[in-house]
Amino acid sequence: MAKRKLKEHHIQREWCKGCGICVAFCPKQVLEMDACDKAVAVRLEDCIACEMCALRCPDLAIRVDVEKA
Amino acid sequence: MAVKDYLRERFFPHMWCPGCGHGTVLNGLVHAIEKLGMSKNEIVMVSGIGCSSRISGYVDFHTMHTLHGRALAFATGIKLSKPELNVIVPMGDGDALAIGGNHFIHAARRNIAMTALVMNNRIYGMTGGQYSPLSGYGTIATTAPYTNIDQGFDVAALSMAAGATFVARTTVYHVHEVADLIQQAILHDGFSVVEVLSQCPTYFGRHNRLGGPVEMLQWFKDNTTRIGSKAAAENPELIQRGIFMQADKPEYCTEYDKIVEQAMAAAKA
Ligand SMILES: Cc1ncc(C[n+]2csc(CCOP(=O)(O)OP(=O)(O)O)c2C)c(N)n1
Ligand code: SF4
Ligand code: SF4
Ligand code: SF4
Ligand SMILES: [Mg+2]
Repeated sequence: MAKRKLKEHHIQREWCKGCGICVAFCPKQVLEMDACDKAVAVRLEDCIACEMCALRCPDLAIRVDVEKA
Repeated sequence: MAVKDYLRERFFPHMWCPGCGHGTVLNGLVHAIEKLGMSKNEIVMVSGIGCSSRISGYVDFHTMHTLHGRALAFATGIKLSKPELNVIVPMGDGDALAIGGNHFIHAARRNIAMTALVMNNRIYGMTGGQYSPLSGYGTIATTAPYTNIDQGFDVAALSMAAGATFVARTTVYHVHEVADLIQQAILHDGFSVVEVLSQCPTYFGRHNRLGGPVEMLQWFKDNTTRIGSKAAAENPELIQRGIFMQADKPEYCTEYDKIVEQAMAAAKA
């Protein structure tokens, strides 16, 4: 199977409530909390586009667009 | 349709607390609908009262926000008058099994085709953390500061005994399972129950010193296992996830139509 490739990782800041779930469970430690307690993607080059952050976010604040093979 | 097209984005950010598992249930649900490729007009969501029940405000289906514990009664009326619609009834543990317990067992017994989604955070979130019939023995709640001595229900066992024909359980940690089980439940022609263990960090988590939302999700990961797994055999304490029951039994609306036909024929004769 072809590897999934990230097209865009989008975090809607106004919807993020800073729960930390996406940061804690990202398998590649791509995400961090910033000084305002909002999630930000700091190591996008490591992102495997698994979409777990988008699916688990209780605030539906994350969208992961995957490159079409 | 994209996932966001099923949402009423104008009401976001939603009202749930930071890290509330109910948001992840909403997330899994809209993904399930998107995978099924259903149109918004084919779905009716009927809810009662509770933090969980507020979910009906955020989805762009036909929605109805009714009375505490009574969502299944309203849903029964809707389904009987328009059986072609897919009826989804999200409920809190208190909504479904305390005040709504009787509606729950009788809807299951009739095997009327609808999806009961039990968003089980083991507490009355909306009203300030009182214990529910799902809190379980030994837990702490606002109304049980010296520990709760009530035993909890097993939602899956109760649903099966009452007559539900599709019964499943998962947790908000296992988001793929949430979406998958909801899809199967919607497609099932009969009364389906999907119990999703969800975290209320504000009350259940705080009272029971379970840490924040991250620790509570980790708990779901560490304390559950797939039905029939090796881990389940080795450790009976683990909560089992998966499909407990999937059976074919006469569905209520279909049977009702037959009675109407018989009555019409008798009237003509
Ligand atoms: C007839 C009636 N009785 C009591 C209440 C108060 N009440 C509102 S929500 C609720 C319980 C909510 O708990 P649950 O169903 O578990 O939902 P959660 O908030 O935990 O998601 C209660 C007792 C009410 N609104 N109506
Ligand atoms: S899971 Fe969602 S709400 Fe929580 S920190 Fe991440 S983006 Fe923000
Ligand atoms: S898509 Fe997967 S790898 Fe990428 S940030 Fe989200 S959880 Fe991490
Ligand atoms: S009180 Fe509990 S159930 Fe209600 S929104 Fe807050 S975390 Fe969720
Ligand atoms: Mg509850």
